[in-house]
Amino acid sequence: MKIAVLVKEVPDAAVEKRIDPSTGRLDRAGEKNLNPYDQNAIEAAVQLKEGGAVPVEEIVAITMGPEGAERALHKAVSLGADRSVQLTDDAVAGSDVVATGYALAKLIERESPDLVLLGQQSDDGESYAIGAVVGEFLGFPALTQVSKFDVSGSTITAERQAEYGYDTVEVDLPAVISVSDAINEPRYPSLKAIMGAKKKPLEKVTIADAGIEADKVGAAGSKIECGNFTEPPKKAAGEIIEDEDTAATVEKIVAWLDERKLI
Amino acid sequence: MGGILVYALTNEGAINKNSLGAVSAAAKAAGELGTEAHAVVVGNVGDDVAGSLGSYGATKVFRAKDASEGLAAPAVDALAKLFADNDYDYAVFGGGLLGFEIGAGLAARVGAGITAEVTGLKVDGGKLVGQRPILGDSLISESNYKGKGVLIGRTNAFEATQSGSAVAVEDITVETSEQASKVRLVTRGEQRGADVNIEDANVLIAGGRGLGAAENFQLAEDLASAFGDGAAVGATRAVVDAGWFPYAGQIGQTGKTVAPKLYVAAGISGAIQHKVGMQGSENIIAINKDSNAPIFEFSDLGIVGDVQKVLPALTEAVKAKKGS
Repeated sequence: MKIAVLVKEVPDAAVEKRIDPSTGRLDRAGEKNLNPYDQNAIEAAVQLKEGGAVPVEEIVAITMGPEGAERALHKAVSLGADRSVQLTDDAVAGSDVVATGYALAKLIERESPDLVLLGQQSDDGESYAIGAVVGEFLGFPALTQVSKFDVSGSTITAERQAEYGYDTVEVDLPAVISVSDAINEPRYPSLKAIMGAKKKPLEKVTIADAGIEADKVGAAGSKIECGNFTEPPKKAAGEIIEDEDTAATVEKIVAWLDERKLI
Repeated sequence: MGGILVYALTNEGAINKNSLGAVSAAAKAAGELGTEAHAVVVGNVGDDVAGSLGSYGATKVFRAKDASEGLAAPAVDALAKLFADNDYDYAVFGGGLLGFEIGAGLAARVGAGITAEVTGLKVDGGKLVGQRPILGDSLISESNYKGKGVLIGRTNAFEATQSGSAVAVEDITVETSEQASKVRLVTRGEQRGADVNIEDANVLIAGGRGLGAAENFQLAEDLASAFGDGAAVGATRAVVDAGWFPYAGQIGQTGKTVAPKLYVAAGISGAIQHKVGMQGSENIIAINKDSNAPIFEFSDLGIVGDVQKVLPALTEAVKAKKGS
């Protein structure tokens, strides 16, 4: 079995995120890191490989992003991917969810994997849609928010929480599975793996290499424009107590509750 | 005709309340656009149930009877067929896991722009605009669609309001796509763990990952007992999936929506998925080690500290106060 894992570089969680007023897009300057949710997808791929229920020949990390995004791929490789592919082309800048999904689907087609894994969401875009979009372009069944799955032959049995409780769903491979952050605890890469990551093959491709039609990607190929940013009415900031002396803290909490007749 | 199509999620012969809200919101927007809102149900849903969507403003209701309920791909097939037949401009969803999946699949198939987590529909210049909070709800962004648009609501964003009367249901036949033929629902809506009632509680002590271990839920139980009758314990999705707490006590996007008089968030970071299920609570107290946790942005009283230390002390203090 061959597994493709979709990964993304996002601003580090510690970086204050803001919209660039000149472009209306997220300002992606500052420290960046591998999207934390993608680590769950890589870990799921590695566990499948180690588990031995099905032979896994290769795990390929795939990303789309500017030149610097290769750091996310190095991290993905240090966590267990065998090699990586990066679509880096100015033509894809500003792609919306559907355009991004189309471009990723074209990159995946070049690899013909049996299974495509990705994280439940990107830490920056707050969108949970990409897996379903990719599946649609590939004609693969797609499941999101999967918290447990087993592979048996060419079938995956997956569990996830949906609106009414836990659903169990079966899909035939090839398939796209977006895993929830509850599926595993991603491991830390070993020092050796970190050092070795830069030596693993990293293929850089352009849209022409991947057969991506230029008019279907980038800002021009996107079907949506975001703007007119406004601040929502703010809830009055709550009172904050730093717990230095717990006895004093709980005394304050009880007084607060008492004032509001909650006790 | 350029109208709006709304997907109505169903389970065990009932329509999801977020879908009723989506139909209501879409019908109102359709009125402003000078068009109509139609609804579609997928699966063998009864005439009365499907037709009742008319009472929320849908002027037509379609039913894909033979397609499997509870899966995204067959629903994408049904909505895509209706888009092809009726040339809708927009699709609106009430949210939830299936809403995201179906909306995303539909947008890819019909070449639409997509906005998730929509909290408001606005009509501007004869077009539908989706409003969504971004960057941890610190800004509202407006999505304008160059052509067709798919708008997926945030859980509980749209209120169900009645504005019409029941309509006849029109059955449609849908061709199954390649991807829909490769997915099968084995079981749906399985409840795991004990049955706990959190929706009727006046005081809710909710535990998250910050509790550290399953056995530390006892600290939350103890505090609930100290408050006495009407107090219960709930949990976040993360700890339910980790097996620390039964599913019936889960609060958030894929769980219950609660609005108690007092909500104590113990070791909960306050992700959007959790927030949408509890932000209607009258008074929110948050206890978390991380002073940057988003929960502090919408709590009334925030305690920056260790839940394992604060909870037992608070339990004793509440007991003492109650006894006095």
